[in-house]
Amino acid sequence: MAVVGSNVLMTRTPDAHFLVEGRHAGAKVVVFSPDFSQVSKIADEWVPIHQGQDAAFWMAVGHVILREFYIEKQTAYFESYIKKYSDMPFLVELDHTKKESLKPGKFLRASQLDSTSKIENADWKMFVIDQDSGELAIPYGSVGHRWQKTKGEWNLKQEDSLTGKKISPVLNLDKATNISTKLVDVEFHDFSDFEDNARLSRKVQVFEIMTKDGPRLVTTAFELMLAQYGVSREQGGDYPQNYDDPSLPYTPAWQEKFTGVSADTVIKFAREWAASAISSNGKCSVIIGAGANHWYHNNLIYRAIITPLILCGCVGVSGGGLNHYVGQEKLAPQASWGPIAFGLDWGGPPRLQNAPSFHYVHSDQWRYDTNFTDICAVADESHSMANGHTVDKQAIAVRSGWLPCYPQFNQSNIQIVEDAKSEGAKSDDEIIQSVVKKLKDRKLKFSVEDPNNPESYPRVWYIWRGNAILASAKGHEYFLKHYLGTHNNAISEEMAGDLVKEVTWHDKVETGKMDLIVDLNYRMDSSALYSDIVLPAATYYEKHDLNTTDMHTFIHPLQPAVPPCWESKSDWDIFKGIALHTSELSKKYFEAPIKELVISPLMHDTPAEIAQPSVKDWLKGECEAVPGKTMPIMKVIDRDYANLHNRFTSLGPIVRQNGLSVHGTHYDVDDLYDEYMKSNATKTWNGKTYPAMEEALQACEIILHFAAETNGELAYRAFQAESHKTGIDHTHLAEKNRSVRMTFNDLKAQPRRVLTTPYWTGITNDERTYSSYCQNVEEEIPWRTLTGRQHLYLDHETYRAFGEHLPTYKPRLTMHTARDLEKSSKDSGSLILNYLTPHGKWHIHSTFGDTLRMKTLSRGIEPVWLNDKDADLIGVNDNDWVEVFNDHGVVCTRACVSARIPRGLAFIYHSPERTVSVPKSKERGYKRAGGHNSLTRARLKPLFMIGGYAQFSYAFNYWGPQGVNRDTFVVVKPLDQVEY
Amino acid sequence: MDIRAQVSMVFHLDKCIGCHTCSVACKNVWTDRPGAEYMWWNNVETKPGTGFPTLWEDQSHYKGGWELKGRDGNKKLELKSQNKIDSFVKLFYNPNQPGLEDYYEPWTYNYANLFEAEAGDDQPTAIPVSLITGEPMNIEAGPNWDDDLSGSTFYAENDINLEELSDEEREQLFEIERISMMYLPRICNHCANPSCVASCPSGALYKRGEDGIVLINQDVCRGWRACISACPYKKIYYNWKTGKSEKCILCYPKLETGQIPNCFQSCVGRIRYLGVLLYDADRAAESMKVPDKALVESQRTAFCDPFDPEIIKMAKANGISDEFIKAAQLSPIYKYVMKWKIALPLHIEYRTMPMLFYVPPLLPVMGKMANGIYTNALDNFFTSLDKSRLPMKYLARLFSAGNEDIIEYVMKKLMAVRYYKRTLDMQDIDLVMMNKMMREGGTTPEEAEEIYRLTAVPTIDQRFVIPEIQREESIESTCNPEICKGSCGIGVIQPPTRGL
Repeated sequence: MAVVGSNVLMTRTPDAHFLVEGRHAGAKVVVFSPDFSQVSKIADEWVPIHQGQDAAFWMAVGHVILREFYIEKQTAYFESYIKKYSDMPFLVELDHTKKESLKPGKFLRASQLDSTSKIENADWKMFVIDQDSGELAIPYGSVGHRWQKTKGEWNLKQEDSLTGKKISPVLNLDKATNISTKLVDVEFHDFSDFEDNARLSRKVQVFEIMTKDGPRLVTTAFELMLAQYGVSREQGGDYPQNYDDPSLPYTPAWQEKFTGVSADTVIKFAREWAASAISSNGKCSVIIGAGANHWYHNNLIYRAIITPLILCGCVGVSGGGLNHYVGQEKLAPQASWGPIAFGLDWGGPPRLQNAPSFHYVHSDQWRYDTNFTDICAVADESHSMANGHTVDKQAIAVRSGWLPCYPQFNQSNIQIVEDAKSEGAKSDDEIIQSVVKKLKDRKLKFSVEDPNNPESYPRVWYIWRGNAILASAKGHEYFLKHYLGTHNNAISEEMAGDLVKEVTWHDKVETGKMDLIVDLNYRMDSSALYSDIVLPAATYYEKHDLNTTDMHTFIHPLQPAVPPCWESKSDWDIFKGIALHTSELSKKYFEAPIKELVISPLMHDTPAEIAQPSVKDWLKGECEAVPGKTMPIMKVIDRDYANLHNRFTSLGPIVRQNGLSVHGTHYDVDDLYDEYMKSNATKTWNGKTYPAMEEALQACEIILHFAAETNGELAYRAFQAESHKTGIDHTHLAEKNRSVRMTFNDLKAQPRRVLTTPYWTGITNDERTYSSYCQNVEEEIPWRTLTGRQHLYLDHETYRAFGEHLPTYKPRLTMHTARDLEKSSKDSGSLILNYLTPHGKWHIHSTFGDTLRMKTLSRGIEPVWLNDKDADLIGVNDNDWVEVFNDHGVVCTRACVSARIPRGLAFIYHSPERTVSVPKSKERGYKRAGGHNSLTRARLKPLFMIGGYAQFSYAFNYWGPQGVNRDTFVVVKPLDQVEY
Repeated sequence: MDIRAQVSMVFHLDKCIGCHTCSVACKNVWTDRPGAEYMWWNNVETKPGTGFPTLWEDQSHYKGGWELKGRDGNKKLELKSQNKIDSFVKLFYNPNQPGLEDYYEPWTYNYANLFEAEAGDDQPTAIPVSLITGEPMNIEAGPNWDDDLSGSTFYAENDINLEELSDEEREQLFEIERISMMYLPRICNHCANPSCVASCPSGALYKRGEDGIVLINQDVCRGWRACISACPYKKIYYNWKTGKSEKCILCYPKLETGQIPNCFQSCVGRIRYLGVLLYDADRAAESMKVPDKALVESQRTAFCDPFDPEIIKMAKANGISDEFIKAAQLSPIYKYVMKWKIALPLHIEYRTMPMLFYVPPLLPVMGKMANGIYTNALDNFFTSLDKSRLPMKYLARLFSAGNEDIIEYVMKKLMAVRYYKRTLDMQDIDLVMMNKMMREGGTTPEEAEEIYRLTAVPTIDQRFVIPEIQREESIESTCNPEICKGSCGIGVIQPPTRGL
């Protein structure tokens, strides 16, 4: 068990005992953490790795495993696993570089060969070579098979989908029969040095294939992996000689300078890792968390770590795999919760967005940002997504249908329809065509293209439960400035003016964009304090609700022990009240239902995820502007605001008509809908009767009745649907539980374990412990990716332009590149430190940390943790007051001086409120100091903006750039006099 | 022999995650009231550290517990805090008692300012105010001030248990090579030779006959506070509002109704075990009259085998019920303390015969730094004992009155269990090596399996074996059970009166 960037003992309080107990059952625990964290206490080995450098360590682990367990010696279990469950045997084309050399290209597609170009979805089906025949084969299970008309071919059977013959794919080309291979120079990138990223030329074994466009060189993704990891079979090129070679990636000696951990430690770890995987058939696992996640290059850290897991056959094995301990917000009974939460029972699409993009754009943080290539090395700057300003990439992403944006246009979605109609559009289709034309003619724009246009920016903000203004607001002070137009401590300069091309720049902008902020909350947290209206909400012990997460296989009831205190109400009643008043007001403003045009991105798990085999921009004339193909999906929908309350309190007919689905797997519920009405409360309006959702408890019952996780019949139907897609019968997984029905009263008696469904990839039948992807491995259900396998090679052209098509290492931001301290004073007597905000003890983000009990059990304040020797340098003693600041803002707090914190780091645990014991800042003119997010800013990596391409397609809470905050630098200096 | 039954406890420190849920579960129920703000009947300390109240282990200052006096053949135990003459003099003067500065000044915040502050151009804030004076205050201490090695070079370095370490070893403890920490949850030890009981001038403290819980009779306590000084663990607190002293009552109202005490039930790390130990009261004080390093083993000689027919006979003769004897036989405490000998008392050199036992933690292996590059000094598969981050010497100071052999025996056994389980599942440990570990740990496959099960996968009923109380017998002494049955059963209620 490796624990990376996750302080399980402190932040996973309820489950921590399992980790400790696993150790007594014979598991070895290795903890990777820059500080001696709480979880380090239970480690066999604590590896004090430098913060944010985990990728370097794990790339070297991959190097050792590939060399010793694939090349020097072959491991049957590992090989058979990656042949079947990873993309390693798939064929990749080699493209010519500008020089003499070749570089890795796209997976070879069926569309490129004469013999296969006519098959359905030929752009989305890929090849392997069969070991015995030496012939090309297209295995089942690619995203092309998923969305083709003929169902039943989306599976992981080791068979050629063209002939149905059994195949055994080749990994190493030197093992292939009947093909003649040769060695060619292929270009790889070494990003170790940000200032000078090197191109390496490494010989790779390839062979030639005749395509429609002439002969092309291809190789397996596995051959490219070996070359990328620097594992040579004496074939020549810039390969490291041995483990001790520090100059070339990714040897154990190479990683020392980044991680501060010795090569010997890497080698010993890698050998024990692989050996344990061999003797247990893959029971090695990694718990990974926010400590490794919130870095700019978090994807590379994660990929470096999951690669050894895949190479050792650990993913989809009980007791193995990557356990990602970030986020608990994915709830289990999604299919029935979704319609209620997003109003899908009455229409749609819902308006959802990834918050980091929204806030980066609208809190105007982009204005203080430069070109992203100043912090991110790329392989090919000539690609349209691999250069320029981040906000420009966001604009491209929106118009290409990759990411959502709100507001959507610089005109009202209702007005657009009105205008189109007045100009003669009659049908929905004509309305859409008229809007497309206006967008092309630039008479209409997406709001993101001009974020400071008063027509474009958001005005009203409802905050529900999140501490959106502070705890999750990376760049909090910019929120204060640009959303609220109030006091703030940011002093950074705007830098985007000369850089942006796709969005409009205004030299002067209005601050205080929000006219109204409403906060629905049970705590007077920082966000509530800064809101115009606070709607006091019931706590967990004052209302009916359900509680599930994706990391825990039980469903729990919340029940009122007491009625809501004072004037507070349950969330359900508050929203119901808002719906009621909206309906009443609507009678005045909207006499009849109205139409609006809503855009939504090309969604994952829908046929739209195979919309864009290549990146083309309709605005630049590179392709036609086609909604749902080259631009967002457009839909004209009816809004019946007068009946909003009626709809809110009734389960709508669309559920009955269309059934429910998650991840593109659908089940019918019409009979259950009718059955439900027979024995439960109903509501009749406008002459029709629906299941009632007047009360929170009724909504809970509906969720339980219609979800596959809590209704065995629906789990069975969902597996029937899944079986139809894969051509393999999976219903045995639901057979035993088919008669299970969970009601709220059942949960009251005892929390229940959720049923095994195709929506969650583990198998929990027969009291098995949940481990993700066990269904994929045991049932041969494809991963929802391009090849249907786990991808180590990512062939999207943007990934290749970023040089991230293969697992790689890119350095952290430096103080110089991060530009957090351009204007802040850095006098002697102050320290410059890397600033981290790990998850804290007794807080769930900001909740509970500020209760008097918890403040009493800590320091009465959320302190900044400093290393003792660092503190000595500036004469700071334990419990002294300090100022922590950078260009984004300032925090005034006390120092907690501890030798368990490494030098060069400052911690403020995530996250304090700015309500209790906050002094004024001497550094910023005696204005009130802020909270931990006063020191951060949002930095988006444009790589995560791409879309319409298999797994790189938008899904709420799954895909889109994240608001990372670890690459931050601060100045710390003593605060002699405290003023409140 | 005078056989008694004690509801006794084991805390498995290897499993403690330092979450302090136990402290909160106790605080919320028992000490969340004026006069008790600073009391933490249950607290959790980070070790190395100075604890709560600060440096409580420093008996040269606090003078808690017993001192062994006299010559061979005539050894006797005397209270460190007072002799017979002292006890009169010190009635009015208690120089060894911790003061507010050794605990902390409880505080709150003026939250109202967030709403009531006058309009201005900056945000208001809620500053800390004293719960005692109501005045603004500067927070400089708390009940968990050095949690997670906070202020480590200021607090942890002054842990008196580090005294016997060489300067080099002490320095290393605060460097990357050796830095380490463990958690030490503490409640009243419900000692079998309690110095607090012996010290009380009013006779208010007593050790309950049926289960050995040490209690303060609030009707008798007159607030002399001799117990506060005499308790070496500083687990008795003075309530400034009622003028009486208070302490952990092991949630006896819950125990009596078959429920689990709060701090045990709420334990998230599942480190806590509770069960009956039979002991010979004649041996309780006697067993504490041996040299420091012999104390752990001497204490064990006072414990009795609940399966021995002779013991059962004597226990019954002493009025111990069949239910208690059965509980003693199923007791997880008996297994940890007597059968496997891997749970040890805390600071037995205080000679109070504490009845709470700790399984010491396994800690990560130490490392080496060379030119800024770190390497783990690991020769074995799992962490090793001789290269453990916390020296055995330190653990011995806490749990075996300095006897390192005892600590080593425990640690070897714990390691042997891990190697055994690993080998069973994975067959990837060299068998010669495994057998050597088992031999050194003095264990067998059967025992290792048993230890594993009670450590890692016990049910709640295996962790907490609560003896059933025969209510009719306790009622009988004050009233006729038949009559009592018809009454509301609240018992005698007397408002406490101020002691002085």
